[in-house]
Amino acid sequence: MIRTPLRPLARILQARQRGENPDHIERENLRLRIEAMRDTARARAESRLLVMAGVFLAGFVLIGAQMALLAATEPMAPTPGRTEAISSERADILDRNGRVLATNLTTHALYAETRHMVDPVRAARELGAIFPDIDAARLERQFTDPNRRFVWVRARLSPEQRQAVHDIGEPGLMFGQRKMRIYPNGTLAAHVLGGASFGEQGVRAAEVIGVAGVEHHFDERLRDPALLDRPLQLSLDMTIQAVVTEVLSSGMRMLGARGASAVIMDPHSGEVIALVSLPDFDPNNRPPPPTEGEPADSVLFNRAVQGYYELGSVMKSFTVAQALDDGMLTPDTMVDTRSPMQVGRFRISDFRNYGPQLSATDVIVRSSNVGTARLAQQIGPQSQRDFLDKLGFLSGVPVELAETLRARPLLPGNWSELSAMTISYGHGLTTSPLQLAAGYSTLVNGGYLVTPTLERQPGRGVGEQVISERTSAQMRYMLHQVVERGTASFARIPGYAVGGKTGSADKPKASGGGYYEGKVLATFVGAFPMDNPRYVIAVTLDEPEDTTGSEPRRTAGWTAVPVTGEIVRRIAPLLDLRPRPASEIEQAMQNALAAAR
Amino acid sequence: MRSALFLMSVAAVIALAFWAYRENHNTRQAMIENNALNRDIAALTEAISVQRAEWAYLNRPQRLQELVALNFERLSLMPMSADQFGAIGQIAYPLPEADLSEVIDAGIDVFGDIEFLSETGRTSASEQQP
Repeated sequence: MIRTPLRPLARILQARQRGENPDHIERENLRLRIEAMRDTARARAESRLLVMAGVFLAGFVLIGAQMALLAATEPMAPTPGRTEAISSERADILDRNGRVLATNLTTHALYAETRHMVDPVRAARELGAIFPDIDAARLERQFTDPNRRFVWVRARLSPEQRQAVHDIGEPGLMFGQRKMRIYPNGTLAAHVLGGASFGEQGVRAAEVIGVAGVEHHFDERLRDPALLDRPLQLSLDMTIQAVVTEVLSSGMRMLGARGASAVIMDPHSGEVIALVSLPDFDPNNRPPPPTEGEPADSVLFNRAVQGYYELGSVMKSFTVAQALDDGMLTPDTMVDTRSPMQVGRFRISDFRNYGPQLSATDVIVRSSNVGTARLAQQIGPQSQRDFLDKLGFLSGVPVELAETLRARPLLPGNWSELSAMTISYGHGLTTSPLQLAAGYSTLVNGGYLVTPTLERQPGRGVGEQVISERTSAQMRYMLHQVVERGTASFARIPGYAVGGKTGSADKPKASGGGYYEGKVLATFVGAFPMDNPRYVIAVTLDEPEDTTGSEPRRTAGWTAVPVTGEIVRRIAPLLDLRPRPASEIEQAMQNALAAAR
Repeated sequence: MRSALFLMSVAAVIALAFWAYRENHNTRQAMIENNALNRDIAALTEAISVQRAEWAYLNRPQRLQELVALNFERLSLMPMSADQFGAIGQIAYPLPEADLSEVIDAGIDVFGDIEFLSETGRTSASEQQP
């Protein structure tokens, strides 16, 4: 910057000419210069003060904010393991009544730090004595190996074992805390719960991750630190699940079946009350996946969800429901049932010859293949396909189990008229029992789509309406008649108005091409009480055989139906259903039918 | 005047320093206590979860079933069934004679009264069944 000179020559000369004292000019300039200096100094000091004030203000705001934050935060109850870098916490799983299905228990893992070991040989020997399944010689080699500093000895210890290890007195043997997932009910609901195992392992803690079932599906949610103290509530009812498992397994034993499954569902919300697949396993000790043989024969296989089978006659209800809904039929319309029926080179025949014609109701009640096939012929392949697609039979049923991801129904490559006819009575299209239960829920609940769920969701509704209320009422009446005077008479439980449909499907050969002779998949699917269904039940038995008669009986009427009957007899009182006199039920059924017309 | 002010501010600084030190000390103490309490809470939560797990394990349906079978002679528990339901009409009305004041006046002999009540209940129940 150019400083103004104190004595600018021009002005001094002018002043001298005018006879003034040039010192005045100098003083004046000096004063201006000092004033300017003072102004800049003040401005600088002011800005410094401002910065200082700002810093202080920021400090106070910070402290104040921190105090406000402290005052506003919820006091948090500390739980063990939450501060670890690896969170081993996992929320509990409860049933719909709040009973524990899965919880955690703290155990300890045993490891060895060899450099701290005093007498590795003795330690290995003593450990061998405590754990009979441990190879003491191998452990000794590991302990004495100079290149090893760290050895995992065991993933879980019981308190007794821990004390015994403690008593060895070896300082190099250390315990790491472990959270263990336990399923207190053992095998109950094993296929739903799945199982858990350790993920990332550290010395202090190990991650517990779900490997199957809901444990896998809800893995993120169960491990979410914010939701740890909010247990996951399933829609299952433990008591019902236990009773169904008990009855189903004794039925399976008595009938010599290879496997069995049962699904009980609320048709008005899709909540699954019980889901059983037998044989089962203990999720506390989940067996490894099978490396040989059919995966479907493994205990891990969830027959109710993963098992897509040709279920046979149970599918007839959908054909009849579609015909009723399209208005081409009333329950009393006569249908041609002359057996056998020749379609090209293919021949469709009935279990027994039912005469030249049956009413639509009796096609269901007597389970006539020919009658259903004729209806399918009238409906046409495309329309049938669209209807089944709307009900969800062409895509896998979504439910909160990891296993459903890959399970898909098997569809005919070309949906011809012949395949439409075989599909109408349940051959050529595979369906899982859970899917079937969802389909029947739609048939009986007034025609609304149902998506099954395993999570308790109070107030959950149903989807869009796909068949009319009237068709649904007619179907309820027909299904009730099947039990009252048709193929499912063993499911007649006094007081509870059971209705449903049987299905006995020959099992297809695994190698493809044709069906086994004398190997049957017997199914019963129904609902109760039939005038206003509150529960839908689907039971399947794999290769059952009733040998009490003179010749072995394999049809569902002799196998799946009595088992279902016993299940309903046992669970209906537990589900708060009051038994009603037969006359009252009959009256209610007639009223419902009349209202629908 | 000025030196008095100076002395006073020095005294104030000392007092504040003492206060700050004491607060700091108390805070540390509170934090130690807090940690101890947290540990206790954690241990108790742990214990509760163990108890819950144990309770669930002891009440698992399979075990209860076995217990029922084991104690069948004493308890004769059967699975619930439809015929265990009754209509309201099947329950006997208490008879007017079984006045509560009389029972209280009669005093101690409770067993007699209960037998009396059940006696009357049985007769009226049998009356209802044709």
